[in-house]
Amino acid sequence: MDYRIDETTATISISGELDHHSLRETSLEVNRIIDTYLPKTLVLDMAGVRFMDSSGLALVIGGSRKMSELNGRVIVKNVPPQPMKVLNAAGVSRFVTIETTGKVV
Amino acid sequence: MNMKKHDKMKLEIESKSINEGFTRAAVAAFAARLDPSIEELGDIKTAVSEAVTNCIVHAYPDTIGSIQITCRVFEDYIEIKVRDYGRGIADVARAREPMYTTGGADRSGMGFTVMESFMDELRVRSKEGVGTTVTMTKRVKPRK
Repeated sequence: MDYRIDETTATISISGELDHHSLRETSLEVNRIIDTYLPKTLVLDMAGVRFMDSSGLALVIGGSRKMSELNGRVIVKNVPPQPMKVLNAAGVSRFVTIETTGKVV
Repeated sequence: MNMKKHDKMKLEIESKSINEGFTRAAVAAFAARLDPSIEELGDIKTAVSEAVTNCIVHAYPDTIGSIQITCRVFEDYIEIKVRDYGRGIADVARAREPMYTTGGADRSGMGFTVMESFMDELRVRSKEGVGTTVTMTKRVKPRK
């Protein structure tokens, strides 16, 4: 997992298979980045996610909850088709901004 | 649906999270003979991942137990049965509700919702202290 900080935006690139097995480590790292940099915008770049199940929803929803406590927001971008289907099944776009190549859903 | 059975595969694993990825890959490899699209294969892998994760997180919260995955392929569909001998679910209807979870902040409560929306049929049988069996089927459309 890579991340970069530009002023008030933290962009985290998530890769690999996002399931219950990998979630704990990923989620600790995302929380650590939020706590360290207190960003206004958290961007989760999902381009490298080869597989995601509902554990990934917990990551996105948890991140969104934590960011709203800081009056910030979450943008999820570059979501491949399989993870996108999981996000849609849960109606995640109601509370998180999902960007698909330049356009906001 | 064409009910003629073609083949069967049975897999037994211990309820360790490292087996989540292994199980969905094994089921996907078995389902490949139906020539599913990438999307159909993704649906099957996602549903299997949810069912197996439920066993690991909820059926055996403090122990390691056995999980059996049985797959049967028919002419144009696959049936996947995921069985555990764990704690059981007190209220299956409640457990199937979206966002309901007993798993804390790390769980979304969307496991059954994802299984339902990605598969064509989902049945859950459970008895407290005895175990749970989740049976799901997915039709794989023949491709020209």
